[in-house]
This record gives sequence, structure tokens and C-alpha cells, in this order.
Amino acid sequence: MVTFNIDGREFTAEEGQTILQVAREKGIDIPTLCHHEAIEPYGACRLCIVEISKGRRSRIVTSCLYLVEEGLEVKTNSPRVISNRKMLVELLLARCSKNKVIKELASQMGIEQSMIKPEYLEDNDCMVCGLCVRTCEQVVGVSAISLVNRGITKEPASPFLEPARDCIGCGSCYYVCPTGAIKMEDRNGTRIIYNWKVEFKLKKCKVCGNYWAPEKQLEYIRKKWNLPDDFFDICPTCK
Amino acid sequence: MLTRLHSRKDLEALRKELMKRRQPDKPRITICGGTGCHAYGCVKVTDAFKNEVAKQGMEDKVDIKATGCHGFCEKGPIVVIQPGDIFYQRVRPEDVLEILGETIAKNSIVERLLYIDAVTGKKVRHQNEVPFYQKQERIIFGSNGEIDPTSIEDYIAIGGYAALAKAIFEMAPEQIIEEVKHSGLRGRGGGGFPTGGKWESCRHAPGDIKYVIVNADEGDPGAYANRSLLEGNPHSVLEGLIIGAYAIGCREGYVYVRHEYPLAVENSRLALDQAQQLGLLGENILGSGFNFNVRINRGGGAFVCGESTALMASLEGKVGEPRAKYVHTVEKGLWNRPSDLNNVETWANVPLIINKGADWYRTLGTEHSKGTKIFSLVGKINNTGLVEVPMGITLREIIYDIGGGIRGGKKFKAVQTGGPSGGCLPESLLDLPVDFDELSKAGSMMGSGGMIVMDETTCMVDIAKYFLTFLEEESCGKCLPCREGIKRMRQVFDEITEGRGSEKDIEFLEQLSATLVDSSLCGLGQTAPNPVLTTIRYFRDEYEAHIKEKRCPAGVCKALIHYYIIEDKCPGCGLCVKECPQEAITFMGKKKPVVLDESKCIKCGVCGDVCKMDAVGKR
Repeated sequence: MVTFNIDGREFTAEEGQTILQVAREKGIDIPTLCHHEAIEPYGACRLCIVEISKGRRSRIVTSCLYLVEEGLEVKTNSPRVISNRKMLVELLLARCSKNKVIKELASQMGIEQSMIKPEYLEDNDCMVCGLCVRTCEQVVGVSAISLVNRGITKEPASPFLEPARDCIGCGSCYYVCPTGAIKMEDRNGTRIIYNWKVEFKLKKCKVCGNYWAPEKQLEYIRKKWNLPDDFFDICPTCK
Repeated sequence: MLTRLHSRKDLEALRKELMKRRQPDKPRITICGGTGCHAYGCVKVTDAFKNEVAKQGMEDKVDIKATGCHGFCEKGPIVVIQPGDIFYQRVRPEDVLEILGETIAKNSIVERLLYIDAVTGKKVRHQNEVPFYQKQERIIFGSNGEIDPTSIEDYIAIGGYAALAKAIFEMAPEQIIEEVKHSGLRGRGGGGFPTGGKWESCRHAPGDIKYVIVNADEGDPGAYANRSLLEGNPHSVLEGLIIGAYAIGCREGYVYVRHEYPLAVENSRLALDQAQQLGLLGENILGSGFNFNVRINRGGGAFVCGESTALMASLEGKVGEPRAKYVHTVEKGLWNRPSDLNNVETWANVPLIINKGADWYRTLGTEHSKGTKIFSLVGKINNTGLVEVPMGITLREIIYDIGGGIRGGKKFKAVQTGGPSGGCLPESLLDLPVDFDELSKAGSMMGSGGMIVMDETTCMVDIAKYFLTFLEEESCGKCLPCREGIKRMRQVFDEITEGRGSEKDIEFLEQLSATLVDSSLCGLGQTAPNPVLTTIRYFRDEYEAHIKEKRCPAGVCKALIHYYIIEDKCPGCGLCVKECPQEAITFMGKKKPVVLDESKCIKCGVCGDVCKMDAVGKR
């Protein structure tokens, strides 16, 4: 166990926990975009920055990655944290100037208008947090998509921008995306994920007749867990 | 075929044998085979020497040796004749016959091939009298010119692998680490982290399998010191690596070298093979029971892969993206195992420290920066090349005494150290002693040793924009501040250099810089603002001229300059009319000044370049 301090309050936590984990357990709010508890921390959005000090020297670290230490002093809202975080949100807003989630975040930070000249503002929904890619790899286990290119052109994409062959249509990427950048639609027994250029036939429940999940996904699960052929003939609601 | 050495005794016997075979009085023609001289055609010169010697049956009278880089790239191809230290520059294949006929046969000098001292105007005969070399302290780089980098025997003959034998047979690993710590050696790759301390942490880190790695991913524009070292003396790097592996307790090592350095890759590979054959690498090194293997890994050329965690990700076969280093790579690095990564030059320092002792090493340099540093001295300077200087030498000494001052009699404006993430230092700081701490206090850094000299025709706003553009392309894009922030900064620079800058821009650049420094994930983003911050700090007047007066004082930013014909001077020769790619200049008849149509002008400046009468003005 280690004892340390967040915003003047003392806490004890288990070794190996991150600052963010402990803060969230204790109800201290630290904003994040690229973080999800089911997925390994990544440190891309930098919104969760905090100022830490041990002795005289203080520095900025990402709380999603930094492990708690004995005697650490953490400030989640120091002027240095706030001014950095504001600038990060400015950068987000410039990239995703029309995105609802980002606009709301900016307004919470007190940013009503971007500092960036209007002619440079972009209309992107994706801010490259990589959650879609990491979920696909770490949770679903298929790695159907990846981050491609580097620098300002980096984006999540299907291999060679062709339809993602290994995608099972589970939609985890869609659900996990914090900014709604992934466009998915279920219509007339078909699921379309536009970002990866894929279409899937949905399975019809033998009882209620509703379409309830992509056949490919169910097949993937059935094989992975060695389930009987008819295991998914009936949807969970009717079971 | 090389015979395996089974003991330290075998190594010393081989060295004796090699020394005996060497005839110190037999003339030796060494031709620089570095990258710069390659570009000047040194291979043809070497071939010409070899062919001519064979043709004339002079094999008994003279040896021909293609060596590593001599450093004075400006004057390549360089030929040095030993004994006698006779220094010939800009040698072409046509000169070969004369050199053999005069210098070798008659012991007389070919005057026209001598270097002329730019200051005194006198001809210089010997390499050690060339001012370029005089203030240098070439402890690492000096042997480059003596040995054929493809021959391990050459390296052994000058004392190679003696440090390895000493380390393995006379010193305990802890003792080696103590020696390196005591030497004060700091990482030559950028950060200047104490090498001994890093080794110690890696040795103490829990784990059976540990790695040592050579970082040869030198990617700064204009820097090529690591390249030349790996090309010109690969065994010195390898020897340092083996000693490090023994001290830390590693059985495996890697050389991560960029694929754009084909000669460095080839010479490293040869070095590994030869060391393996001699039993200096591999299983049971020199019969000591110590096993160590090295692999070469070629990098794809991403600048960010010089960053330790990105390099390790790339070594693992993943995308070269950095990760947070809250847990250090000496504890969890390559494949999550303790890993020690050091720069090429750092490794090359190790054999010297072991051979001559830390106390000797400490006599070189300043209080907190020991030893020497190799710089790639480039830009608007008379003597471009690779220079190795003791830490603490001033910028002025490097630029004026070694570099021979500014090209074309122009005025010095700034020197950029540390690559794209370094800073631009002004004339007022020319007497700054060059070491890790002083450079960083001035807002710049040592980096991997790039030193770009700029004269009065360089626009500092444009330079900052250039480095930002480079970094924008090289950012891996993982973290938000680096990916988005550098681009936004570059956009502000577009505005300023195109005459649309506003007075708030400088303040915005400073704010954005602070965020990049504080909150970027890796060193690339954290140091990216350095060129911006230092140019604002030292050349604010140039920013203000661009922003307030819409004027580029150096006459570089195209949107802010105008070309015009100075009618009094123009004889109407029509040369500019012919050369103008836009047909923007009209011929008005002989002896009548030409007319320039500004609406067609793309400001390429060709008219001014070709005009012999200085009749093209720029404002």
C-alpha cells in the first residue's frame, strides 16, 4: 500500500494502480477521451494530465499511465494543469470544430470561441484516440483495423483502405468511440460500418423474428467457445 | 579466413604479429572513404591508385588504403600520405600519376594539391598543420583515417579490443560500471543522461534476459557524425557494446541503424562477422565463458525512431511509436525486459575509458560534461565537415578557428545546435562554452551533434518554419499536442511569412509551445518548440518586422519581397530575359534597361543570380 496526496487530500492505494484509477475511485474528476477501463492505457489525448511533485521538482504527467507512489503529491487542477488542458482542448476544437462532444468539452473548459483562425478550423469527428483500434485488438481480439500513416495524417483505417476482411461486425469500435466518429447502421437485416467499408448479414431470431446480431460475429463467438451449432438461433431476449 | 582467438594471450599474439607485418617506413597512401568523399568520387581515386600501383609494379614500395572519414568533407576527396603526414585535398583520378611519381618516388610535394589556409593564404603541407584539425581533439574520430574500416586486423593493430580483454579479464562488471560512472560520460544522443548510471540501473533491474542496443538512427537534417563513425570505425562501437553487455549482464544486443546508411550497415555487418570469426563476439568470448551475440536491425527512416521507446517498438516489429517512460527502459524496454540503449558515439567512448582510465578521461571537458563531442559542422561556413572538440570549447572557436568563418565574407547570424529540436543561438552567445548544460541553459541542446551555421541571408522566422515543417512530417501522430500543435504552429508561421501575421501571434506561439513542452508524450513533441522559442527569444525583431512592417529583413520570405530592375545599372544585355522562367522580363532594345512585370514574377531570384551588373534589386 502507498500513501499519497491528491489535491491536498490523503489517500492510500494499492501499488501498481494509476493516479487516474485512484482518483476515479475516490470521486475526483479528471477528464479523459482516450481512456477506457477495459483497455490498456495509451496516453494519446493527454487530457488527464496532472501536476505531480515529490520534493521541490514538479512536472506534468498523464494520470492514466502514472503509477501512484509513496509520498507523491498530485494536483489535478493547478493553474499549470488548467492552462495546458485548455490548450489541448483548443487543439481538439480546431480539429473537430463541429463535433458535439468536443464542443461541449470546450464549453465546460470555458472556451466559447477557438483561438485558431476560422479558415483553419476543420470538421473532423475523429481525434485519433485509437480506442476503436485498441478495442478491436485487446477486447474483441481480431485486429481488423489499425492506425495508419503518421503525424497529422494518422487515422484509424481498414487494411489498405479496402473493406476490412477480418471485421466481424460486432460494432465495439462504434460503441467505444467517444466522439461518434464511427458511422454504423443496422437496416433491413444488414449492418453497415461505413468507416471500414463492411456489410454484414444480421441473424434473425427463430422466435421473435428480430434481427439481433451479425451472423459473422455469432459464428466467431460460437467457434471460439466451442458452442453448439444452434446456440444462437434464438436471441437473448427470447431465451 | 580469420583464426579464432581462444584467450587474451592469443589476441596479444595476433596484435604483435600484425605489428610486425606492418612496415612503419613503407609509404602508405590513405584515401578518405567517408560519405562526403564518396560523393566527391573517392572510389575512383582509390581505384586509380590501385590500378596505377599494379601497372607500375609498385606494390613493394607503397600501400594503398581506403579509410574511414577524415572529417574535412569540404575539401574531399582527401588523401594523406604516411609517414610524413602529407595532406592533399580535392584529389582527382588525374592527380594519381603525379602523386605516385613525385611524392612516392621522389619524396617531393605536389604543390597544387595542398590546402591553402584561408586566413594566411599560405599553403599547408601536413595534416596536423591544417587549422581545421588544430583545435580538434580527435580521440574518437582520429583513428578513422588510419584504418580500413573493413579490416578487423587494422583495428587490432592500433590497439583494438585491448579494452575488451582488459574489461573481461581484469575487471568485475561492477568495477567497469564504476569506471564509466567516474569518467562522467554522458549520453551523446541528445538528453545527456549519465551513461554509467544508466548501466547500473539496467544491471540492477530484475530479469534474466537484458539487452544492449546501439542507437544509430541519426535523423537530424545535416547531422552525419554517427554515420561516419559507424562507417569509418565500426569495431570501436562494437567493442564498447560488448564491454557494456559484459558490465550489465546481457547476452544479446542490437544495432539499430537506418537503412539510408548503406555503408554503415555494410561495415557494421562486416565488423560483426569478423569479430565473430575471431571469437571476440559470440559464444565463449576469448575463452572467458562470456557469451554475447549482436544483430543488426535496419530502421525505416522515421525520425521518431531515434527516441528510445519508439526505437524499441520498431525493433519489436511494431509501428515506431513512443510510449510513456514513467517506467524506464532500463527496467522495461525491449520486449518489456531491461534494456540499455546508447548512441553510437557513446559506445565508441567506452573502450577509451577502459583503456586509458576514467581519471584520464575526466581531464577532458568541463565540470559536468566530460570528454569530447563530434559535431557535424555545416551550413554557411567555409570548412564544412565533422569536427571532434573537447567539451567546453566555445562556439566561436568551432565556427571561426575550425570552421574558418562564414562563407563568402558574409556576416554571422546564428548557429543552430541539436538538430530540429535544438535552438538557434545568436552572435552574442558565440563565446558560450559548448557543453550539455550551457547549451540547454541557452534554450538549445547538444542533441546528436548537428551544428548548422547561418549567415545574414538567413531569415530566422523562415528557419523556425522549416524545422516545424520537418517535425510536423516526422511526428508519429500518437499524442494530441505534438500531432495537432506543431501543425497549428506551422500555420501561424505561414501567416507571418506571408504577410498576414498579427501581433497576437507571438504570444499564441509561446502559449502553444508551453503546452507542447509540458504535455507531449515524448521528446519529439517536448522539444519541438525549441527553434520557435529560441528564435523568438534572440531574434524577436525579425518576427516584428514580418508582422508589423510586413518586411523580411533577410529577404527570404517570398511573399514579402519584391524584385526590381535598377535602371541605371542595367545595360539591357537581356541575360535575365532569357533565364526568367515566367517570361516576366521584357527586352526593350540594346542599351535600354529591361522591364520587369511584377504580376508575372514568382520571385525565384534567377534574374539577380545571372545579372553581371548587379542591376536586379530586392526589397
